[in-house]
Amino acid sequence: MSFVSVTSVSKYYGSRPILEHVNLEVSEGEFISLVGASGCGKSTFLRMLLDQERPTGGSITVDGRPLTGEPSQSRGIVFQRYSVFPHMSVRDNIIAASAFQTTYGWLRGAAKSQARRDADTALERIGLSHVADQYPAALSGGMQQRLAIAQAMAAKPRVLLLDEPFGALDPGTRLSMHAFLSDLRDETGMTVFMVTHDLEEGFKLGDRVLVFDKPRWDPQDPEAFGATITYDFDARDGGIPYQRLTEETHVLEPH
Amino acid sequence: MRWINRKPSRAATVVLMTLPFVAVFIAYALGSEARLAVNPQDKLLPAPSAIAETAIRLVTTPDKRSGDILFWRDTFASLQRLGLGVGISALIGLLAGLAIGLLPYVRATFSGFVSVMSMVPPLAILPILFIVFGLGEVSKVALVVIGITPFLIRDLSQRVLEIPQELFVKAQTLGASSLVISLRVALPLVMPRLIQAVRLSLGPAWLFLIASEAIASQDGLGYRIFLVRRYLAMDVILTYVIWITLLAFLLDLALRSLSRKLFPWAGEDGL
Ligand SMILES: Nc1ncnc2c1ncn2[C@@H]1O[C@H](COP(=O)(O)OP(=O)(O)OP(=O)(O)O)[C@@H](O)[C@H]1O
Ligand SMILES: [Mg+2]
Repeated sequence: MSFVSVTSVSKYYGSRPILEHVNLEVSEGEFISLVGASGCGKSTFLRMLLDQERPTGGSITVDGRPLTGEPSQSRGIVFQRYSVFPHMSVRDNIIAASAFQTTYGWLRGAAKSQARRDADTALERIGLSHVADQYPAALSGGMQQRLAIAQAMAAKPRVLLLDEPFGALDPGTRLSMHAFLSDLRDETGMTVFMVTHDLEEGFKLGDRVLVFDKPRWDPQDPEAFGATITYDFDARDGGIPYQRLTEETHVLEPH
Repeated sequence: MRWINRKPSRAATVVLMTLPFVAVFIAYALGSEARLAVNPQDKLLPAPSAIAETAIRLVTTPDKRSGDILFWRDTFASLQRLGLGVGISALIGLLAGLAIGLLPYVRATFSGFVSVMSMVPPLAILPILFIVFGLGEVSKVALVVIGITPFLIRDLSQRVLEIPQELFVKAQTLGASSLVISLRVALPLVMPRLIQAVRLSLGPAWLFLIASEAIASQDGLGYRIFLVRRYLAMDVILTYVIWITLLAFLLDLALRSLSRKLFPWAGEDGL
């Protein structure tokens, strides 16, 4: 039984089709990379998974249940920009994940000190302890994205949605973010959807790489048809499946 | 070098900044001297020294009848009205702006209404205020409130709508209710904007205050100016005008540094 199931979903803005006939089955714990040309509807697809927007047709279920019509705690998101709260210190951004669930949004007493300790542990782990009291504006792009991911993770979502999370980072920072994300995923076993423009990144991190594209194309009217998932690559083993050694070969491993 | 790239040095900036003030002062002094040379009794442009003398007399000499120094009593009365009016408006503006900006139902109901209401010229309904609230304090405060609240509501609801949608979505994924989103996301994010909007509305607020004091009052800065107009007491009027300008300037300055202090995250563009 698949965990996330998307059945013939379409999305129109006005009369303009963006996505059509999108079908997808994802098991719990899979890492899905989404790639495709700019403007083909990857972010739109993510917004529908998040329940920020409703599909025009078709249905999406998560864990067997249809979506409720608004974002919830079961799905975390990291946007490319505006992902952390600019008016809260780095530590408070993490604490928000527990504080926001209270009636008025503030923690008191023991819960507060507990949340503070948890936040400090999380910050320690993502290497941001030294800036815990600063505002996000004082952080570099990579640090802000690390904070955004840690904040989303603090709410313990079952599905994590990432919209070009590392798009603005330099290659070195990207690599360390990849390691960070892989570690997190191995620990929690959550299901991840990540939009990226970097194919290499998609194949490196993902179990599957989905390509969004328009299957039909009208040269007179490029907007006549919507995009769908045209390829679904198995990205395990570096994108070269059937390479897994199933028997003892007595060949030296290349290390 | 292009002119758009040429910047004055620090010292030059200070000099340039004081230049228009000095120019106005010199122009006034020359005009006053010319008129007084023709007619020593001229009251229209009193000499700067005469204004200074009057100013010192106004701020130090108690009134014979009441024993109060009228200058300070007027200042206190006006500032109290202004503070009350602006404070009430800011509160209404903040609450209504948040509600309209955050809740589509409230927005659908009130945004059109507020736009129309903000077109009503406040001074035109001043007589109604006097009829309804009498000539006391209430109608003066009410005029300030009516005068600037629609602007504050419109500005703040707009600011709430300008908050990146991503932040609201993010808060929802962290489990925040509508109440928590308004208290912990929208409210703090628009607070610097509130202060900014209040700073902008201080000018109109003074206008409405002085207008209502001029028409019906027993004290207040506006009242005094219009009272002494009958005696052509330009020295008193000018003292009061300079004082009001200074007060307005200081209020603006105070609000700006308050905003910087309270909301350091807002950065320079947060003003
Ligand atoms: N709210 C909206 N109203 C109308 N059109 C929209 C809206 N949001 C997106 N679109 C359109 O839908 C199309 C898909 O947008 P989307 O942001 O999903 O693309 P994308 O694949 O994420 O592109 P990119 O890689 O550049 O981020 C775009 O052509 C965009 O103009
Ligand atoms: Mg996008």
